[in-house]
Amino acid sequence: MTTTAVSQHQTKWWSGGKSPFNIEYGKLMMWYFLMSDSFTFGAFLISYGTIRFSQNYWPSPSFVFNTFPGAGHTNLPLAFVSLMTFILIMSSVTMVLAVHEGHHGNKKGVVKWLAWTIVGGFAFLSCQAWEWHHLITGAHNVLVDGKIEQWGQSMSHNPWGPLVPHEELQRLGLSVPEGEHVYTPGPVAFGGYFFGITGFHGFHVFSGVLINIIMLVMAQNGVFERRGHYLMIEKAGLYWHFVDLVWVFVFLCFYLV
Amino acid sequence: MEHPPATEITIHHEPSSSTKRIWKVFWILLVITLVELGLGLSLYALDLPEGLRMHLIKGVIIILSLAKAYYIVSYFMHLGDEIRNMVMTIVVPLMLFIWFILAFLGDGNSYKNLRNKYDPYYKERGTQEQLLKKEDRQEKKGGKD
Repeated sequence: MTTTAVSQHQTKWWSGGKSPFNIEYGKLMMWYFLMSDSFTFGAFLISYGTIRFSQNYWPSPSFVFNTFPGAGHTNLPLAFVSLMTFILIMSSVTMVLAVHEGHHGNKKGVVKWLAWTIVGGFAFLSCQAWEWHHLITGAHNVLVDGKIEQWGQSMSHNPWGPLVPHEELQRLGLSVPEGEHVYTPGPVAFGGYFFGITGFHGFHVFSGVLINIIMLVMAQNGVFERRGHYLMIEKAGLYWHFVDLVWVFVFLCFYLV
Repeated sequence: MEHPPATEITIHHEPSSSTKRIWKVFWILLVITLVELGLGLSLYALDLPEGLRMHLIKGVIIILSLAKAYYIVSYFMHLGDEIRNMVMTIVVPLMLFIWFILAFLGDGNSYKNLRNKYDPYYKERGTQEQLLKKEDRQEKKGGKD
């Protein structure tokens, strides 16, 4: 309804005397910042894609990301990252509800929904901390120079290479406990890109949470009420939704395909 | 509520009175994500070899992600409510991504092909890995670690 009202309005936008973009300065600049930020993320993700396309082998995400906190060694591909995605979508909804309350100048509503958004942000960051910790401290059998070593996923080590056939292990005179497998080292670039890109995204989530906390305190103290509008909440909201938007593509590039 | 004292705004948006649209978009995003997950898991469960069917599934997942991006930007970030002049200054520069993706992924692919062609060690490793890959996938399905 609002859309049609504005877009159908016959105004000569370029005839001077008014802003042809019909948007408040700070909000416009937030949009341009987010556009430039999307190029930064895009450059990272495309660089990752380029390296991935240049390799004959790349680890399958369903194999790398198949654990869930408290579930031990149960094979649960993509389950944990689905939870993380759901948390982020939910926090995006609570943020847009905060913006909605702001449109109506409802201070209590803004504070309530902002608080939930912050909770969602912390929940997401905690999930990421667990995931990183789990990957780094994991111990996987890797065949290095004819010996079996225990590797975790790090910037310099990738334990997710192709499987070493049983006959090959026998030939080398090596044995592993029943049910365990030995892999060759995988592409080293995997760790750098995974930690680099999810880390950069996590940094955005973290700064988004800080911004939201500042907004919460300001809203609670009645700063926006005195100002007569909640435009700052809209700008913080744009940033927060952008974080969710980037996750859509991180989720796509690292976990789904 | 008084109107924002921003002089840049000629026509004010009337704030919508209900949150119906927000929840509708939430359900759309949730359903798309679940479908994506289903497809992602089917890639794993079907264990398809590199080929048309696998690329088709991945293509659908990518298109669904773009649909999600559209809903987030258009409704949650309210870009759809802004006027066309402003929307175009955001959307048109992003078109560069089409070229970035085609050019750089093609570059990576060509790098792989060139190395396979001219680096005997790389090719040997590659083909060996390709052979292992099938067996590898079968092992992974049953085993842990």
